Amino acid sequence: MFSLIASILIDGIAYGLVLFMVSVGLTVTLGLMRFVNLAHGTFAMIGGYAAATAITALGLPYGLALICAALAAGAIAYGLEIALIRRLYHRPELDQVLLTIGLVFMGIALSGMMFGNSLVPVRLPEFLRGATDLGFRQVPTQRFVPLVLGLATLIGIWLLFERTRFGIRLRATVDNPRAAGELGINTRHIYAAAFAIGAALAGLGGVAGAELLPVEPYYPLKYLVLFLAVVAVGGPGNMLGSFVAALLLGTVETAGKYLAPDFATIALYALMLLVLSWRPEGLFRRTSKT
Amino acid sequence: MTTKRLLAATLVAALTCLPALAETVKVGVVGPFSGPFSGSFGEPFRQGIETYVAMNGQPADGIEVEFIYRDLQSPDPGRARALAQELVARDGVQYLAGFVFTPNAIAAAGISAQAKIPTVIFNASASAVVSQSPYYVRTSNTLPQVSVPTAQNALDKGYTTVVTAVSDYGPGVDAETSFVKAFTEGGGEVLESIRMPLSTTDFGPYLQSIQLKKPDALFVFLPYGPPTFSFVNAYRDNGLDDAGIAFVGTSETQEVDLQSLGEAAIGLETGYFYSAAHESAENDAFKAKLAELYPDAEPNPATVSAFDGTHALYEMIRATGGEADPDGAIAAIAGASWESPRGPISIDPKTRDIVQNVYIRVVEQEENGRLVNREIKTFEAQPDYGAAQ
Repeated sequence: MFSLIASILIDGIAYGLVLFMVSVGLTVTLGLMRFVNLAHGTFAMIGGYAAATAITALGLPYGLALICAALAAGAIAYGLEIALIRRLYHRPELDQVLLTIGLVFMGIALSGMMFGNSLVPVRLPEFLRGATDLGFRQVPTQRFVPLVLGLATLIGIWLLFERTRFGIRLRATVDNPRAAGELGINTRHIYAAAFAIGAALAGLGGVAGAELLPVEPYYPLKYLVLFLAVVAVGGPGNMLGSFVAALLLGTVETAGKYLAPDFATIALYALMLLVLSWRPEGLFRRTSKT
Repeated sequence: MTTKRLLAATLVAALTCLPALAETVKVGVVGPFSGPFSGSFGEPFRQGIETYVAMNGQPADGIEVEFIYRDLQSPDPGRARALAQELVARDGVQYLAGFVFTPNAIAAAGISAQAKIPTVIFNASASAVVSQSPYYVRTSNTLPQVSVPTAQNALDKGYTTVVTAVSDYGPGVDAETSFVKAFTEGGGEVLESIRMPLSTTDFGPYLQSIQLKKPDALFVFLPYGPPTFSFVNAYRDNGLDDAGIAFVGTSETQEVDLQSLGEAAIGLETGYFYSAAHESAENDAFKAKLAELYPDAEPNPATVSAFDGTHALYEMIRATGGEADPDGAIAAIAGASWESPRGPISIDPKTRDIVQNVYIRVVEQEENGRLVNREIKTFEAQPDYGAAQ
């Protein structure tokens, strides 16, 4: 009994942290910047391809490949923000949906052309392969990557948003763009940077989660619902909310797999239904600080 | 490039045999030539056809084959029927071929039966498919065909208890049903049958709960690509191999996925109908021509199914002299047998389904680092056990 509960918690938390890593960037764009970004998975996929290329073609170590992934996703997002996305901040949500879903399809076609239509593995270094013995059971060693990165991301984002000048400007910009602009904040620049940070986090998540969500051209479309579920349940714009939601969804789905395998997927959606009918704004609502 | 060469070849052919004007036989090929299944099926289909044509030329003097490719990305019965109808009525095809998904193949059967269009199924692997039209022939496999020998092999190896874990969709359920039947009839015991949703990404919990049941072996059926990749990694990373729970699979280690599975795949044992490492002159010739035409292509079961399917088309076209004679064509292919790159195969004269060897293979790493399915045991001339029931 103890080992069953412990197993559910261990697997659930490990899975939840993978979910958190791949969707944390989306809570920045969707929640803070209020931009409906369905192309979030594309940046995670770019990160995955960048890391896979860095490791197999350039022979870089795993740590550097992670940095490459974040940089590649962030840089491409920065370019897209300047070229396309900033034109749509003040347009209706439907326009934003159309643009970003278009980007998803372009991403699918381009990655299929460049990397082929089958999946591309992100090779792990020797010390992350195989299983780690916890005494009463084994866990995949790779799961420590999302564990460490997920906690680091949570702390890093909190420090960045709450404790730096950039964070103050970003919060000012999303709460009242006009007032922020009149106070001399370069809001265009802030938005571009925030969008790029969201994408860079997605890139990291794409690599950290590649064992469970393998990198392939249809990645952005296949897992879109998963990303949206985490953000919606957690409360858009709230990092801690996404973190709690990811752990909750991960644990509930995992418990379903152990206890009632045929209903595991339903468990996830049932939980979503419950949480969102209780709190339509998600578990943690982002409130503007006055 | 190829179209140019084809054009030049046609021109030369036209000039050299001017008096006997070549007759063109059109074949409509339906498959996922774009989209998520193009890498595992659409591209291999085209490569198999083109490789066969490059090795064998035209079926006979004065008969030319023209392949018309139509894209059908996913299971979509309505569209499958419409495409088949369009190919027959508008493009005037004499033969149909392809079909990855069972629902599509079943939907097109009405057209094949009514318009009397001999059709070669390149993949759709539910047992029922071929019986849907008297003009259907299959050159791939059925799930019972590979699952029953795989169960037999598990019994031969002395496994007495098994847990089955399959993806919860048609083929997964078929594989589970025929494996469980064969395994229990042979005296084995199935401790649990788990059906995992198709959208599953984290297989760890399933494997942990299987580990608690301590079976001798784990029978698996998963679709290609991401699910197989995640499952095999999870099997290793949760320590099931160390716990002595053997992996028993069918198509999981097929060539299109094998290299990306990496070291986690080494030692996995599966029962299936084609390994690129099959040792025969036919397979060597096939692989050499494929590599010449498509340097990046992996010889895959789908490629060989299309290759043999093209052979079946050629046999039918030759027997009927290129004329539209559907009954003559089917009579010519029913009962035919030949040496395929996969080994000896034949078409059952009654069911028009394929009879072939099923090989037990183990994944090994070659000196150049590439992974191969090494054949270690052969179950000869296996029929479709699903139809016999």
